[in-house]
Amino acid sequence: MNPFHYSKPVDVSQAISLAGAASRFIAGGTNLLDLMKENIARPEHLIDITGLPLKDVRETASGGLLIGAMVSNADLAWHPLVEQRYPLLSQAILAGASPQLRNMASTGGNLLQRTRCYYFYDSAVPCNKREPGSGCPAKDGLNRIHAILGASEDCVATHPSDMCVALAALDAVVHVEGRGGKRTIEFADFHRLPEDAPQRDNQLADDELITAIELPPQGFVAHSHYLKIRDRASYAFALVSVAAALELDGDIIRDVRLALGGVAHKPWRDKAVEQSLIGQPVSRENFVAAAEAILRDAKPLEHNAFKVKLAQRAIVRALSDAATGGKA
Amino acid sequence: MSETTNQAFAEHAIALTLNGQSRQLNVQPWSTLLDVLREQLDLVGTKKGCDHGQCGACTVLRDGKRVNACLTLAVMCDGAELTTIEGLADGDTLHPMQQSFIKHDAFQCGYCTPGQICSAVGLANEGRAQTADQIKELMSGNLCRCGAYTNILAAVEEALPQSAAKASAVSEGGIDA
Ligand SMILES: Cc1cc2nc3c(=O)[nH]c(=O)nc-3n(C[C@H](O)[C@H](O)[C@H](O)COP(=O)(O)OP(=O)(O)OC[C@H]3O[C@@H](n4cnc5c(N)ncnc54)[C@H](O)[C@@H]3O)c2cc1C
Ligand code: FES
Ligand code: FES
Repeated sequence: MNPFHYSKPVDVSQAISLAGAASRFIAGGTNLLDLMKENIARPEHLIDITGLPLKDVRETASGGLLIGAMVSNADLAWHPLVEQRYPLLSQAILAGASPQLRNMASTGGNLLQRTRCYYFYDSAVPCNKREPGSGCPAKDGLNRIHAILGASEDCVATHPSDMCVALAALDAVVHVEGRGGKRTIEFADFHRLPEDAPQRDNQLADDELITAIELPPQGFVAHSHYLKIRDRASYAFALVSVAAALELDGDIIRDVRLALGGVAHKPWRDKAVEQSLIGQPVSRENFVAAAEAILRDAKPLEHNAFKVKLAQRAIVRALSDAATGGKA
Repeated sequence: MSETTNQAFAEHAIALTLNGQSRQLNVQPWSTLLDVLREQLDLVGTKKGCDHGQCGACTVLRDGKRVNACLTLAVMCDGAELTTIEGLADGDTLHPMQQSFIKHDAFQCGYCTPGQICSAVGLANEGRAQTADQIKELMSGNLCRCGAYTNILAAVEEALPQSAAKASAVSEGGIDA
């Protein structure tokens, strides 16, 4: 690890005033320190944000929840209001990492964790995400874990978070604050597709701090399910994951959310396909049709063609499990 | 530890409670808790397996919660209450989880054991595991390269109720931690 300066601000405005291109905020440290040990992140200054008053989960006036950026992943997954009203989010968080890491990892940090592409992690090889313009060895290299949707010539990395897949399905809103003031970002717009600038994972500016995540009231309590497919039973990143949520009237679908993890540079949603399910009855046929439609533009690489079928089947399974109550 | 490798980068003074004792330490910002425990404080019970959060060998308890010491900066532990494997026993009386690991012969080489035990104590504090399947899932952050999982599971399963009772007694102030 390179040497760096360390400071621990006590309020948000102090933290923001310290921020700059050569500095990084540190929360749980579970991703940033890992990258610093690998010499991939080389901040000159760490701004410890664990002392900021961003640790509450509270109800909003509209009946949703406002989750402070420093709430740990474990506390969030096991928060009574989250367990009762947003079981999809609890399930997704608990499917990720390990109990130790979830105790450390923060809500804000989880959104900003970087890809697990092995080439990104190997500073001896080129990588457009790490060194813009240097090339992408994954495209023609080992690409079993890489993207099948929304990738570009420059980058085929995926976003590794489980929590974010549930947040995408739930239409969460990200609250941020920077030197220019406060703003909110719809979850669907928060992360980017790689296009020609894969070094940028999201829309956040260098001086901007995530302060909170807001959940709208609709938590799909009765019918939701998070399905994660991975190489071992636990403690592994998703090859494919699906957050499925349904609002049913009898067996007619009144509302539906489908978000995919492990397949793209951001949690993947296709609102046109969701729309096509509304008004339809719950049926395997309809779920299969939706699954095929979501993957219609999939562009698998040499080693990850299996993800297309896997994703389709996972979508059908997750929707079916959600329809029957999500307990699977 | 008053000299710094590079004068431009300051050491930081931190105060914490470690295994029940107050400690004042000077640490460099980039030192992990794991390295400070092992190199600076000679508490070598906590092990370094992967140094990347992947194996759980470095698990310690921070304010009663299990964390990976390899991904924790020591400088960020100012004010924390830490318990390592060296601090679990009460004098010569082993913690019930330690006793259970011995009873069930829950190790082969023993390298993962301190992390397994601290993790299992953290598991008891959380109060979330009732069944063997839940224990397995919630102990998945601790790998054992010898594959002693069957006996580890048996040890954790047996000691969990007693460890949980001890945890709630401590949090109610009934037992000196
Ligand atoms: C072995 C291992 C396995 C894992 N498995 C999974 C898994 O299966 N699924 C999964 O989803 N995740 C997994 N993770 C990733 C883990 O969830 C993330 O590392 C964690 O959520 C990051 O949160 P943090 O608070 O530790 O972030 P940090 O490491 O502290 O920060 C990460 C980034 O976010 C920035 N940042 C943090 N907070 C803020 C804020 N409030 N505002 C602005 N910037 C901020 C930091 O500057 C840094 O760039 C795994 C990690 C490890 C090490
Ligand atoms: S040494 Fe910390 S998790 Fe392996
Ligand atoms: S006993 Fe050898 S690693 Fe677990």
